[in-house]
Amino acid sequence: MNIRERIKERLEGKILDWREFSTRRIYFSVEKEHLFETVKILFKELELRFVTASGLEAPSGLEIIYHFSFDRSGEIYSLRVFLEDKKNPRVDSITPIFPGAEWIEREIWEMLGIDFTGHPNLKRLLLAEDWPEGKFPLRREDEP
Amino acid sequence: MLKALTKSIWVFHVSAGSCNNCDIEILDCLTPRFDLERFGIQLIGSVRHADALLITGAMNKKSVPRMKKIYAQAPKPCVVVAVGQCALSRHMFRYSYNVEEPLDKILPVDLYVPGCPPKPEAIIDGIVKLVKKLRSGK
Amino acid sequence: MSHRVIVPIGPYHPLQEEPEFFQLYVEGEKVVDIDIIIGYNHRGIEKLSESKHFDQVAFLVERICGICSSSHPYAYVLAVEDILGGEVSVVPERALYIRTIIDELQRIHSHLLWLGLAGHFIGYNTVWMWAWKYREPVLDMFEMITGNRNNYAMFKVGGVRRDIKDGDIPALKKMLDDLVPAINLFQGAVIDDPVIGSRLKGVGVLTREQAIDWCVIGPTARASGINIDIRRDEPYGVCDRLHWSVIVEKDGDIFAKTLVRILEMLDSINIIRQCLNKIPKGPIDAGIKDIPPGEGIGRVEAPRGECFHYIKSDGTNRPVRHKIRAPSFMNVASDKVAAVGGTISDAAITLAAVDPCYCCTERLAVIRRSDNQKVMNGWDLIKLCQEKTDKIKEELLGG
Repeated sequence: MNIRERIKERLEGKILDWREFSTRRIYFSVEKEHLFETVKILFKELELRFVTASGLEAPSGLEIIYHFSFDRSGEIYSLRVFLEDKKNPRVDSITPIFPGAEWIEREIWEMLGIDFTGHPNLKRLLLAEDWPEGKFPLRREDEP
Repeated sequence: MLKALTKSIWVFHVSAGSCNNCDIEILDCLTPRFDLERFGIQLIGSVRHADALLITGAMNKKSVPRMKKIYAQAPKPCVVVAVGQCALSRHMFRYSYNVEEPLDKILPVDLYVPGCPPKPEAIIDGIVKLVKKLRSGK
Repeated sequence: MSHRVIVPIGPYHPLQEEPEFFQLYVEGEKVVDIDIIIGYNHRGIEKLSESKHFDQVAFLVERICGICSSSHPYAYVLAVEDILGGEVSVVPERALYIRTIIDELQRIHSHLLWLGLAGHFIGYNTVWMWAWKYREPVLDMFEMITGNRNNYAMFKVGGVRRDIKDGDIPALKKMLDDLVPAINLFQGAVIDDPVIGSRLKGVGVLTREQAIDWCVIGPTARASGINIDIRRDEPYGVCDRLHWSVIVEKDGDIFAKTLVRILEMLDSINIIRQCLNKIPKGPIDAGIKDIPPGEGIGRVEAPRGECFHYIKSDGTNRPVRHKIRAPSFMNVASDKVAAVGGTISDAAITLAAVDPCYCCTERLAVIRRSDNQKVMNGWDLIKLCQEKTDKIKEELLGG
């Protein structure tokens, strides 16, 4: 069974939609409640490598995509979670699974205002200490 | 007073949020091909002895307070050299949320060395021109 | 001891009482914890990207880091070409070869730069001067091809902007030939010198398990036994048509990292030679005008590791979202485990071993755990690093 089939099998019931954009680019979504379990399966069990996470503000909410690489085949599996609550967005932190996620979650928190429950060290990474609270550079609300 | 300095200029480098290119080109001036030291120009490690400040970078918000402090500690008179397009005008970062005013609104700049990055020859040429100007009296 | 002066790594920028970049907490001689503070170069490029059109973004991302100045635009154009169906289906043959040549030349110049700095940190200043002296011909090659020593402005969506003149190829090959004995010299120096071996072996070890947990990439990962290289795992340019090898070492110490980088340079020369021999005639630009809506991911093996760009397009001529992940973002974070447990005399070289951007290693302070007092600055740390080498030299060669 190749990695694609194994992922589909292990995450059965959690996958909301699955899109193969090309031979090496697969995008799928899960509910945010299943994020921690899904990442644990992808990282610990199936041994994919975490590349990075990208957050963005969509008209109806906030979205985070976690990009995982399966180096043996050069495929990238991009896992999407959608957060509808724009005022108080929160999702589970995946840093307890592996420390390599610590910095990127801090960056998404300060850029988009998404709270990561269970993050061991949620403090500013890139912005200056005197950067105003509540102002998130990657959000579009402040734009004219 | 400044004329006395032109015998052997000691320069000190500050980066205010640069991509490193200008910084590497400044360091390159030390290497055998360009050999800044034969002009009596020395890159030194302490701002307390600096005659000239070479400033690079696009005036990142976190770095500007640091740069101001360094300027305050440099013994006056001290010439300020803006090296690279970012130090001149913040270059393509001027509309960024994390970039402050251009350098010459923060500190008095005596020499502008344009380029992205300026070649070591350009940096040396700029400093030599500055020395000539100081020698002939302001 | 209440040494309040903070001096960053590199004898060039002392700093008085400012937030430190790397704060090392020590108990006696041992490093027990490390705090890493970044943000001094954050220029908001991801946000700026959204206000530039796709052609302009390539110039913008070039200036993320000056040392791997071609990796970011390459990863970016690969991300956009991913939306269009993939590099190979969009970009003409000749452009693929030129892209690979630029990418590999950059690897050589970056590793030579690192070699020089590493040599300086452990007290081998001759290595520093020689490594940077041999960097100059590589920059000359860049100038010959692109017109600039750094910031090449070569990459655009659908091809490259400038061609390599056929008349230049013999000169380029000669410059490469002249580089080989120099790199062999460094290789011999590193492998045979008992002092360097004693100085760097077993120091700053990042185990394989730690490397996986911290998701490190590039030579840092390959030195810890992790066999990953984007050029082989997801080939781009013409990497999959040439003969080259992925260099992997097992020990995870600084010696292994040094060896990986030196051997990669020799391999890169080999790759460029093959490209110059095989490069076909033809156009260099596909003339792409419109980007359809979609999402694309592009990644290249930068000198420091995997450089990753994600682009989301909605059919207009500007990106909706541009996510940039530089390799140092993962590698520098792993210093938390590599430097902790070591001694302060090894701290400077351990932190430099992941090859962070030079500007990033600007500020360093050592803090005594028992009373939170700063006891040392970056300059002291480098001096300590160099002194340890002298001690080893004396033990092995002197007396």
